[in-house]
Amino acid sequence: MDEKTLDEIISQYASPSGRTLGILRDIQIQERYIQKDLLKLLSVKIDVPVSQLYGLVTFYSFFTLQPVGEHLITVCMGTPCHVKGASVLLTTLEKLLDIKGRTEDGKYFVTTKDNKFTVGIARCFGACSMAPVMQIDGDLYGYLTPEKIPEILAEYGWKHED
Amino acid sequence: MGGSMRIKSRSDLEEVRTIGLSKIQPDRPRIAIGLSTCGIAVGGENLFNRLYTLIKEGGYDIALTKVGCIGYCKEEPIVAVTIPKKPLILLHRVFPENAEEVINAVLKGEVPESLALCRILEWDHITGILQYGEGFDTIPLYNDVPFFLHQTKVILRDAGFINPEDIDEYIAVGGYEAAYTTLTERDPDAVIDEVKQSGLRGRGGAGFPAGLKWEITKKAKGTDKYIVCNADEGDPGAYMNRNEMESDPHMLVEGMLIGAYAMGISEGLIYIRAEYPLAIKRLRHAIDQAREYGLLGDNIFGTSFCFDIQLATGAGAFVCGESTALVASIEGKTGRPHPRPPRLTDSGVWGRPTDLNNVETWCNVPVIIAKGSKWYSGIGNSSNTGTKVFSLVGKVENVGMVEVPLGTSLHRIIFDIGSGGAGGKAVKAVQTGGPSGGCIPVRLFDTGVDFENLNRIGSMMGSGGLVVMDEDTNMVDIARYFINFAASESCGKCVPCREGLKHILLILNKIISGKALAQDLILLASLSDTIQKTSLCGLGQTAVNPVQTTLKYFMNEYEAFISQEKR
Repeated sequence: MDEKTLDEIISQYASPSGRTLGILRDIQIQERYIQKDLLKLLSVKIDVPVSQLYGLVTFYSFFTLQPVGEHLITVCMGTPCHVKGASVLLTTLEKLLDIKGRTEDGKYFVTTKDNKFTVGIARCFGACSMAPVMQIDGDLYGYLTPEKIPEILAEYGWKHED
Repeated sequence: MGGSMRIKSRSDLEEVRTIGLSKIQPDRPRIAIGLSTCGIAVGGENLFNRLYTLIKEGGYDIALTKVGCIGYCKEEPIVAVTIPKKPLILLHRVFPENAEEVINAVLKGEVPESLALCRILEWDHITGILQYGEGFDTIPLYNDVPFFLHQTKVILRDAGFINPEDIDEYIAVGGYEAAYTTLTERDPDAVIDEVKQSGLRGRGGAGFPAGLKWEITKKAKGTDKYIVCNADEGDPGAYMNRNEMESDPHMLVEGMLIGAYAMGISEGLIYIRAEYPLAIKRLRHAIDQAREYGLLGDNIFGTSFCFDIQLATGAGAFVCGESTALVASIEGKTGRPHPRPPRLTDSGVWGRPTDLNNVETWCNVPVIIAKGSKWYSGIGNSSNTGTKVFSLVGKVENVGMVEVPLGTSLHRIIFDIGSGGAGGKAVKAVQTGGPSGGCIPVRLFDTGVDFENLNRIGSMMGSGGLVVMDEDTNMVDIARYFINFAASESCGKCVPCREGLKHILLILNKIISGKALAQDLILLASLSDTIQKTSLCGLGQTAVNPVQTTLKYFMNEYEAFISQEKR
């Protein structure tokens, strides 16, 4: 993100209420991660210490400091998704994409070796009627079963390795 | 009416109402697609685009629009078809490949009967009644659909009927009438009294009397006070607030406007979770429209009253639903709660007195003013008035958004409205109140759902998620799921929550892996008790509810993990 874009984002937040998190959210949505250099620049511009900004991006799960792959897959881990087999979706993705991660701290975040896909988890999209659900680049997929996943991944350029 | 029009009188409001009505009930056919997050995800938007192309290419005289979600999520995409002088018809499971069939039927003044769910002859928007016509007698009536029959739509009265992105349609069904009357005719204290008389209690879960909170905030010492809407719907399995904001955002704006006037406050904030992009978009749009009409900003309705609303977005932290953490988050800090008092009503956003109410609490305000506290308190029971919206999800046949009077039994909600277990499986329990709630076994399903009853059986109302569990669900796994959730969402400030939950999780893992001894169950119970009594905020105090209720009601499932020789 260039400085001009950052300035534009900042200018949309006239009032201090909700300002800092709002700016970080806009950066996260545009860049899909938050570059550390940008954090330093932002710190100067809005006069908030880098340490505090760093605290925010590590405290709130919406932000990530690591770059994401070409496509971001987020598996919902909400209760309805859990009782309808969300963890099986995750292990299916791990198998198909040859990745491995840990869900214990609630911050699962793994990128494939070819940088094509990043897989993360969400606490709840509020799309519970379609559980289990996952999101790819902002599009929701509901009523999922492990069998449906290869077909969906193929839409994003994934190929089955024989 | 041009965008620069400001509503200053009742006749201005009437003028907009006429325009809005001509959009909801035009003198040509209207096709309205339910486009909330869920409707879009199951293909509603593709359907909309397909219909748009067909209508444009054919040059047909058909109005195409989007509406919110009527709540029968299982049957989505849902389409509402209005043909002049005919009943409103709800079509269900309409996909892009059905688009031509729908258009062809509508052009002939008909509807595709194979897609019809039900017909509606008149609809009570509470703030106004809309009459539709007669005909299509072979299609079942709205009340013939079991999912709808037992519901009472007060908060969801407009959801699925009006375009949430058009303020004219909200005004057409009586919207902003209550706000107009309030600001031009009523004494602010009388408005607070009305809300107190209605018995409205906080819909965020704790059930604190809303009118009393308003009064406390109003009396608090200080200037430049805030009213805040808590739209950080963090409970997994709960999406009532999302639907309320996506389907009828002006209801929330109007509720806050009335509250602001009653308390004499000019600044409003909506703290909304980052995971709800469509709700954020529609709220922003609604606020802009309200400003254009002079319903937010300076000199509202031409009076001297000024009030405006800003959005503040969250960033994915469950604990930010807690009031002091929410305030910290608005101020750009990490969401770590602090002990109360001081309460928000004394020292909230930027240290100023702040009234914080949940989305649904605010949404109740316009109808209370429009219909009066007496009408409102006639719904529900004496200490639990009004309706409550629930998201009925998990392993239930009819998944969706359900609104019933408080006090309605779980049995009615899950079996009569929800049609029992998905795929005919036996329902075992329902989880209410999110990670802070508990699991209620099926034998207690005659319990009426209200604040006190749920607390009495070890659970809580929470924001309104009802996650149904069936015979295949393992209750120990459910307890572990919630503890894992709470442990990872703990802000880490106090020891009982930060360390205690981690150890509860270890014990549960040990139990599930078959390595636990009988004494581990005793330790589990006693540690849960300690965390409940000693945690700083609501997150820790209630996080053990899923463990305590499963220990209480499903001990046999714990014991099954403990092998005979180890007992």
